[in-house]
Amino acid sequence: MRKSFVFAGRVALYAVFASFIGVFASFPVYRHLAADEALLKLSFSHAAQLAHECRRRSPEELEKLAPNMRVPLDCSRERSPVTVELRLDGRMLAQRLARPAGLAHDGASTLYERFVVPAGEHELSVVLNDNARVTGATYQRDARVSLNPGQVLVVDFNPERGGILLQ
Amino acid sequence: MLHGVRLAVLSGWQSAEAGFDWFFGARGNPLRHLGAVAFLLFWIVAATGIYLYAVLDTSVDGVYRSIEHLSRDQWYFGGVIRSLHRYASDGFLLVMVLHLLRELLHGRLHGFRWFTWVSGVPLLWLSVAAGVVGFWIVWDQLAQFSAIASMEWLDALRLFAQPLTRNFLRPGAVTDRFFSLLVFLHIGLPLVLLLGIWIHIQRISRPDTRPVPWLTGGTLAALIMLSLVAPVRSLPAADLSIAPAELKLDWFYLAPNALMYRWSPLSLWWLAAGVTVVLVTLPWTARAERKMVAAVDPVNCNGCERCVADCPYAAITMKPREDRRQGARLPVVDPALCASCGICAGACPSSTPFRSIAELVSGIDMPQLPIGQLRSRLKVQVARLRGKVKIVVLGCDQAADVRVLQASDTAAVSLICAGQVPPAFVEYALREGADGVLVTGCKECDCAFRVGNTWTEQRLRGEREPHLRKTVSQRELRVVWAGNDQLRLRRELEVFRDQLALEPAAGTRVKGGRA
Repeated sequence: MRKSFVFAGRVALYAVFASFIGVFASFPVYRHLAADEALLKLSFSHAAQLAHECRRRSPEELEKLAPNMRVPLDCSRERSPVTVELRLDGRMLAQRLARPAGLAHDGASTLYERFVVPAGEHELSVVLNDNARVTGATYQRDARVSLNPGQVLVVDFNPERGGILLQ
Repeated sequence: MLHGVRLAVLSGWQSAEAGFDWFFGARGNPLRHLGAVAFLLFWIVAATGIYLYAVLDTSVDGVYRSIEHLSRDQWYFGGVIRSLHRYASDGFLLVMVLHLLRELLHGRLHGFRWFTWVSGVPLLWLSVAAGVVGFWIVWDQLAQFSAIASMEWLDALRLFAQPLTRNFLRPGAVTDRFFSLLVFLHIGLPLVLLLGIWIHIQRISRPDTRPVPWLTGGTLAALIMLSLVAPVRSLPAADLSIAPAELKLDWFYLAPNALMYRWSPLSLWWLAAGVTVVLVTLPWTARAERKMVAAVDPVNCNGCERCVADCPYAAITMKPREDRRQGARLPVVDPALCASCGICAGACPSSTPFRSIAELVSGIDMPQLPIGQLRSRLKVQVARLRGKVKIVVLGCDQAADVRVLQASDTAAVSLICAGQVPPAFVEYALREGADGVLVTGCKECDCAFRVGNTWTEQRLRGEREPHLRKTVSQRELRVVWAGNDQLRLRRELEVFRDQLALEPAAGTRVKGGRA
């Protein structure tokens, strides 16, 4: 009798152990987005324009350089930071400044940010500047977008593929 | 305040352990062998993982399909293996956390134990990392969610030239190489974990890594049943143009992903760093009393190595002697590893109280409670005993206080650990005039110094050296692993006394033998 009771107890305790694992391996259900929400991702990796104008070296300066170093233009390696503004239905969603990577600030400026937005029709406006020597936008895109629930819209930037991309 | 909470939770934990003892016995009690159960689960994960790797198609188009085929078309075997792999991983993490909690509640992290505690902390993170990567290999919506969330978390540190998350921006961004990398990580991280576990148990001799067969079988059977009743299924295939709204999350591994979206990536980093710092510094938060460590006496040591064999923390090694006894070796105690438990003194053959030298000195001994002093104390106490049935109680400082049992007919001697008592002391107490000896200490499989009660029991049963001579009858000796249960100890003592009163000894012992 006691043996059966001990066996039943063991089975029950193993069942508790297994049930605990089984339940928390998939419950409770996690709601990542509400049923009427979509995701907007603003991301780019872009080597912006040089931050400063190149300067032409004078003949005297060139003369002082070794023959193999006589490059006419003296250019700083530093690149411009990239500024970007993202508006949704006229409301400012993000205003960001992405500094170039590297100790000499000569690398690419990168950005990644996600925004949970309501699904549906929206007016999207993206204004971007990748040249510190120019005031205002160097690229701009306004578009009417329709977002389904759960849809991911990526706002990317690639000047070789037409500038601001909506994917 | 915190100390009070710890003791209260510990009390609850010990009650649970006692309840489990009733069903599983101490040797098969999973709560007392969490490290061993973790090892078992690790090997289940490894074995099932090898099979899954063999049938996995690591191309971006094939990975989801091959796992789905396994789960649906071959549910009776492949599906069970897959579920077992997942559930054993979940169990592994759960058992690891319980193991950590148990050691924390017992306060087994200070002093010489710091290394084992600290080396266990990275194992937690390695386990989580290895497990999370495993979820990505399936490449379903859950994998997509976890991979992107984890990348966003890593990107928050701005360590990489480009955000890692950009690798998951749009459909087509993920290639076959990603899955080759995942497989590499999912095999490599557990191997590093295994190395970490090996380091973790370096300062423990005879680590408890193998559960008894019925615990192994029961655990395996429970997980197989779970795999059959609730087989693991993939969510729909990953699609980077869609963010899944609802997810059946595995909360054991993926809770941090969800928590990150509730808080922020940096908050999660602060939490992870905070938990790590707290865990790593915990051993030094309480001032551990520096106890005197075991001391070797070369004159009385014959180099038998029993102390080396019995030390629970691998603190003793043998080195060549520097005196005249060429070729012989001498034990050397590493003070940083010594737990000051005295188990080595109990193992030493020179600790026998019957030696006729003027001052009893053992080959290895505890300066705070040397064997010679123990013999004198026992001799004086037994001489004072009066009454019909005279009993000597040999207890330990880690369990119920035996000194409260002291009475005119009861002598009580508390040792550092029950393992400190050389078996010959039982015979010595009887020859000095005691009618019976009761040995007590921590509960079975719950020795504060891991093996003190195990070694003592084996020595008293004649299964381990130094053994108790057969001249001591079973009726004269009672072993009670009562732990801190004072009531049980008192009850057992009275039962023992009644038995001794009812069954008088066949003869009368006198000094030097039985009359």
